[in-house]
Amino acid sequence: MLTSFLKRLATAIPSLIGVIIVTFLLTRVLPGDTAAYFAGPAASAEAIEEIRVKLGLDKSLPEQFVDYVGGLVSGDLGMSLTTGQPVVKDIVERLPASAELTLLGLFVAIAIAVPLGILAAVRQGSWVDHLCRIVATAGVSLPVFFTGLLLVYVFYYQLGWAPAPLGRLDVFAVAPDPITGFLLIDTLLVGDGETFLAALAQLAVPAATLGIFALAPITRITRASMLSVLSSEFVRTARASGLSPYKVVVAYAFRNAMLPVVTTLGMVFSFLLGANVLVEKVFAWPGIGSYAVEALIASDYAPVQGFVLAMAILYVLLNLLIDLLYGIIDPRVRIEG
Amino acid sequence: MNRRDFLKTASTAAVVAGTGVAAPAILSPARADARKETLLVVSESGPNNLDIQGVGTNVPGYEVSWNCYDRLIGHEMKEGPGVVPYYDRDKFKPELAEDMTVGDMSATFKLRKDAVFQDGTPVTAADVKWSLDRAVSVGGFPTFQMKAGSLEKPEQFVAVDDHTFRVDFLRKDRLTVPDLAVIVPGILNSQLVKKNATEADPWGLEYTKQNTAGSGAFKVIKWTAGTEVVLERNENWKGGPLPALRRVIWRMVPSAGNRRALLERGDADLSYDLPSKDFAEMKSAGKLKLVSTPYSNGIQYIGMNVNKPPFDNPKVRQAIAYAIPYQKIIDAVMFGLAKPMFGAPADAATEVAWPQPHKFNTDMAKAKALLAEAGYENGFETTISFDLGFAGVNEPLCILLQESLAQLGIKATINKIPGANWRTELNKKEMPLYTNVFSGWLDYPEYFFFWCYHGQNSVFNTMGYKSAAMDALIDGARNAAATGDAATYETDVKGFVDLAFTDVPRIPLYQPYVNVAMQPNIGGYQYWFHRRLDYRALTKA
Repeated sequence: MLTSFLKRLATAIPSLIGVIIVTFLLTRVLPGDTAAYFAGPAASAEAIEEIRVKLGLDKSLPEQFVDYVGGLVSGDLGMSLTTGQPVVKDIVERLPASAELTLLGLFVAIAIAVPLGILAAVRQGSWVDHLCRIVATAGVSLPVFFTGLLLVYVFYYQLGWAPAPLGRLDVFAVAPDPITGFLLIDTLLVGDGETFLAALAQLAVPAATLGIFALAPITRITRASMLSVLSSEFVRTARASGLSPYKVVVAYAFRNAMLPVVTTLGMVFSFLLGANVLVEKVFAWPGIGSYAVEALIASDYAPVQGFVLAMAILYVLLNLLIDLLYGIIDPRVRIEG
Repeated sequence: MNRRDFLKTASTAAVVAGTGVAAPAILSPARADARKETLLVVSESGPNNLDIQGVGTNVPGYEVSWNCYDRLIGHEMKEGPGVVPYYDRDKFKPELAEDMTVGDMSATFKLRKDAVFQDGTPVTAADVKWSLDRAVSVGGFPTFQMKAGSLEKPEQFVAVDDHTFRVDFLRKDRLTVPDLAVIVPGILNSQLVKKNATEADPWGLEYTKQNTAGSGAFKVIKWTAGTEVVLERNENWKGGPLPALRRVIWRMVPSAGNRRALLERGDADLSYDLPSKDFAEMKSAGKLKLVSTPYSNGIQYIGMNVNKPPFDNPKVRQAIAYAIPYQKIIDAVMFGLAKPMFGAPADAATEVAWPQPHKFNTDMAKAKALLAEAGYENGFETTISFDLGFAGVNEPLCILLQESLAQLGIKATINKIPGANWRTELNKKEMPLYTNVFSGWLDYPEYFFFWCYHGQNSVFNTMGYKSAAMDALIDGARNAAATGDAATYETDVKGFVDLAFTDVPRIPLYQPYVNVAMQPNIGGYQYWFHRRLDYRALTKA
């Protein structure tokens, strides 16, 4: 198990090297002159040149690349010019905010989509099946920023149920010192129930927005995969052997239908990280997505590279986790691996 | 500091709010109390540096510098358009200097003896000298802005004794004293900053990027880049009456729709730079206090590259000036929230003032005739460029212009340029036709013209316009202003305005408005040349 895990980990290294090279080149190819941007509105040509030298942008591309990789090795991702902070610090501060939001969104989606998908498959053609279809259609056809704005309009502006879309915490609430960076966990660790509820209230609408976005693929895959398993011979055998419908569906069929669902979850998670960018904009969420977009607009290379790298590492880890989950769900995968 | 400690140490009222349930519908009385002394400002973007003298400090960063640092002098207020207090360009009031004597070739300032920095050290003339030396030495925007008032060399700044400070003039320049009242020459705690400076960073820019080290009315107690800035009142401030606000929380809310929702639901106290459409709608709804003030010395314009055909022909430029759908732009793009800079009556005399409207209006027949005279009766092909960073205004404006030009047979393609690239493109001075805004901090006609029309060809002379007659008039006005020659000043200002309207290298469209929306209980909003908020005067009832 351990060797297969290490082997799997080793295969991730070339992808990471590729990501480092490609993002470095891509950010250089983008239009926009960082030095001109940061020299300010009144900059003379000399002032721009001065900043270019200060930022090391006057060096040749290979030299800049060596500088960049050298920094990476020592854990230095460079400075963000838009926030004025080291990129590592920014990412460490902001990644938990995005992760908390994305994971909660994914959790909401799974909690609704998986049971819905199973029910739809079991009762094919019933109202549950139609509901499943409606949910899936709505989920794919509503762009995530639109759902976000709509939910803000209804639940905050019209009804007043949701708190103001002002980020992770109400303006007057005081965040606990970060332990994990996840507010929901940190507040529980220090036993601060009020702040926990406040943070949960802030999270509810953005997480629901992401949840709605993620519902469609998960319900569809759960339903399809359940349908194919339910019509397979071992299920027929199990039914014929007189096992209870519950046992047949949950213990036999569902376990076998899980593999494609888990694969989809991995993909949905990465889509969610992308969708996060828009949701963070709508809810003033201090996450990593809005950070990367702002940096991109300002031709601020270091954060963009840092963001892509962080996402790549996250994605590699996620795939690793999914591969391991395969082994748990289906022991045959372990033997082959 | 965890939350419990915070509850113990911090002032009571502001903190009780921490326990408030995060549902806006249920406002507890304690929370309402706490909010009374705290202002919640929402805006699109926040600072990237707390020090205006830092490298690449963005405009939101100016707001922090303005409120956290004192300058030697500030401006008095007068009543402005829309009955909003408006800074008085010509009247100065003491901040750190309690007295100012302007001589022929120097100005002497007597510093307040009781002024202290936020850490308690007294403010001395040595601090003032160090801070101004820093402003003219760090390069980039701060040094450039100091130069605008002929403040260029450290030798100009003399600490006579602990509480007397002198500025020697390099040359006579009317802008020297006003330039000491802009944001850049804020006075820093030199001992504290020097302690945190390094060999590579002798001016301590890294330290002041993250920390405020001034004697100003506010200090930053928390800054999360891109998310929020929390400022607290400096109880020892001596530069003026203690501000009414104890705390300012400034949150970044990127979505304009949400900023509006926050205001309308009463969760945010104040927001500015909302899209004109939202602002106009909120105005007609009448629930909030809304203030619009025209940018001082600022104009949105259509620029043309005068060095390349077809715009090297003044007749073509005049034809364009007659083809612009001015009123449509004011109505459909700005929703009426802009001051027209066109269509002055034909017999109106040129004023000794800037900005002022020109005499062009939309007249397609005249435009067609002029174009024919210039030899382009069948039109030509060109591109209209704009900064995508301000697409909300620029895009509809350029589309209206494009439609209008099409009627003359001019086929214009719209060229959208990303914000990060806009300045690079402007610097090249190659775009044939474009729209842009320029606004000068110092509100003097000759200042505007020196940057935008003078043959020194600064970055702001985006048209690449050069004319010996224009240069003579601008230089003449600058000289006359410095020596107090009112008659020559008048002739020269009228002269260069007239010439700018005959040659029309750029066509003024309108003066944009600073639109500020606030709750009805917020008072004391003041308009400043920098167009940012002055927390010192704001009140909350």
